[in-house]
Amino acid sequence: MAERTYLEAIRRGLLEEMDRDERVFLLGEDIGEFGGAFKVTAGLIDRFGPERVIDTPISESAIVGAAIGAALLGMRPVAEMQFIDFISTTFDLITNFAAKCRYRWGAAVPMVVRGPCGGYVHGGPYHSQNVEAYFHHTPGLKIVQPSTPYDAKGLMKAAIRDDNPVLYFEHKFLYRRLREEVPDDDYVVPIGKAAVRRRGKDLTIVTYGALVPVCLEVASEMEAAGASVGVVDLRTLLPLDEATILEEVSRSGKLLIVHEDTLTGGVGAEVAARVAEKAFEYLDGPIRRVAAADTPIPFSPVLEERVLPQKPDVMRAARELLDY
Amino acid sequence: MSTERRSTSERRSGGGRTQAKASGPGRALSLGRRLELFYYMLLNRRLEERLANLYRQGKVVGGLYLSLGQEATSVASAFALEPQDLLAPMIRNLGSMLVRGVKPREVLMQYMAKADGPSGGRDGNLHFGGVERGLIAPSSMVGALVPVMAGVALASRMRKLDAVALTYVGDGATSTGAFHEGMNFASVQKLPLVVIGEDNRFAYSTPVSKQMAIATLADRAKAYAMAAVTVDGNDAEAVYTATKLAVERARAGGGPTFIEAKTMRMRGHAEHDDGRYVPRELLEEWRAKDPIDRYRAFLSEKEHVSAADLHAIEERIRAELDEEVARAEASPEPPAERGLGCVYAEDPRPFGGPSGHGGS
Ligand SMILES: Cc1ncc(C[n+]2csc(CCOP(=O)(O)OP(=O)(O)O)c2C)c(N)n1
Ligand SMILES: [Mg+2]
Repeated sequence: MAERTYLEAIRRGLLEEMDRDERVFLLGEDIGEFGGAFKVTAGLIDRFGPERVIDTPISESAIVGAAIGAALLGMRPVAEMQFIDFISTTFDLITNFAAKCRYRWGAAVPMVVRGPCGGYVHGGPYHSQNVEAYFHHTPGLKIVQPSTPYDAKGLMKAAIRDDNPVLYFEHKFLYRRLREEVPDDDYVVPIGKAAVRRRGKDLTIVTYGALVPVCLEVASEMEAAGASVGVVDLRTLLPLDEATILEEVSRSGKLLIVHEDTLTGGVGAEVAARVAEKAFEYLDGPIRRVAAADTPIPFSPVLEERVLPQKPDVMRAARELLDY
Repeated sequence: MSTERRSTSERRSGGGRTQAKASGPGRALSLGRRLELFYYMLLNRRLEERLANLYRQGKVVGGLYLSLGQEATSVASAFALEPQDLLAPMIRNLGSMLVRGVKPREVLMQYMAKADGPSGGRDGNLHFGGVERGLIAPSSMVGALVPVMAGVALASRMRKLDAVALTYVGDGATSTGAFHEGMNFASVQKLPLVVIGEDNRFAYSTPVSKQMAIATLADRAKAYAMAAVTVDGNDAEAVYTATKLAVERARAGGGPTFIEAKTMRMRGHAEHDDGRYVPRELLEEWRAKDPIDRYRAFLSEKEHVSAADLHAIEERIRAELDEEVARAEASPEPPAERGLGCVYAEDPRPFGGPSGHGGS
């Protein structure tokens, strides 16, 4: 057991899986000697050599295409997008090739595509995005996003061992800000299972990623004010853990969905639709969403703060629902 | 995996004939292998004729894409592979799949969206494969297979499988980003990859002159310092020899090769397209270069194969296809429920198709 940052936990996940299974290898831009733009892969080339930590040209389609081909041949590639924003350039290979192999011809594609997502770091329109909604619509993919160091390692191991293409989104705001005890054991956090971070009788907040700690703060402040607010951390965005969402919402009767991605067509829309369809009779109020404004992510800290969801936004929405 | 693949290849060599290794500097084929090569080219053409008939009868679901006039490129290139190698065809490479052991009925059932086709009705035409049979299935997106097959080649090297990856791109597909990224990556990594670039003069209605400003497809490879060679794509032996050399080089660690095959699409893009934009003289010119006529002449003049022996191959194919078409037509439509399953690897529902599974 050691105290590790979220970023170190991701690296541990990679390292332990590479130790455990020689089929696991990494490919991406500047991931070798340089250790990656955020140093997630630092030192791995020394341990595993350039054959298993492959520096590639700036060619996201070659990176993902090669990962698919290698996965088809029984390898377990982990492809890095230097920033997850760049995944758009290989959309076809992920959605049309990797995601459809199993359905079309029965072939498994056990590949992971990972990379830093998210804002609150003044990265501007191309280094701050959350891309899950583009892929949430694609059957055949799995999508995970950890919010704690513990989950970061456990989900990485689960993603690598999964026989499907898994998109692993790591929030760059959390990289070095979160730190906790992370066991050195070989544990996995199962894909498809949400974590109930807090049980709530009066309101359930469903969230993920960098807003989980924010929602937990809101919940404890509300508790001090006498309200019981639960927080569900989705962890896996695809497939959604519908059972856990429905169970928690049925208990509290009120649902607030909080995500950093833009509002329209976001994962929250799907969560809201499922709850409206399947737990309508338990609801004691409207389903509310707090999400980014429907704009690109602006560069200026002032503008970014305005566009991305902030704690007071969550607070306000939670209060309104509790008072409803 | 390898044992299964070997048995496929043994079936493939068929007729008790053994697959003689190309030998000597000319890598000349034995007479037995030459007859086999002819058989596959003819099977490619006759099977497509059957498909065209079924299409006209309304039995083909969706479009039909023929490779008339391009059979030598598909068949002779695949013919240069060893059993452990991996091949990814594009839509005009039916012949390469036949060489790899695909049964005509599989293709027929795919085109007719039958229950017993290898994809069980989930996809059509040549969109199927199986890693254990050395076949990677294409997607519709042209160019996408180049980086994917670079990855196959990479894994082959990492796992020491001694397998070469081979795939095809059309002249049009060489304009995609995926093609260029895959070519560059393969060259930087010196991967055991062979890319056959088929210049059949058109990409749907677009002539090569509107596709690229360079004179010839092979020039694409220069930018990546990739070995490149241009061959007459209607000369089966030339395609075979060029591919054999490229495959041997790749296997020996010499890196990837781009082989440009000059050929001509003798039909429209698909059967719904009459190809009226293709100059008549061009078709006339290329009709005289028909790859099957040429190989038949080569066999009778240089190898002294008798007309009776050549006719026997025709007859064998006719009988075989009668049987294959009947079997394919007899297959039912897939059960509707099948459409819902097998999206994820862990789905326990049977994949369907002939043996209850398809692919790896
Ligand atoms: C990425 C992509 N864009 C467009 C298409 C539609 N399309 C299918 S085949 C084709 C022409 C391909 O021409 P070429 O690569 O020369 O191959 P050929 O058909 O001549 O064998 C087009 C435009 C496609 N399948 N994929
Ligand atoms: Mg073409």
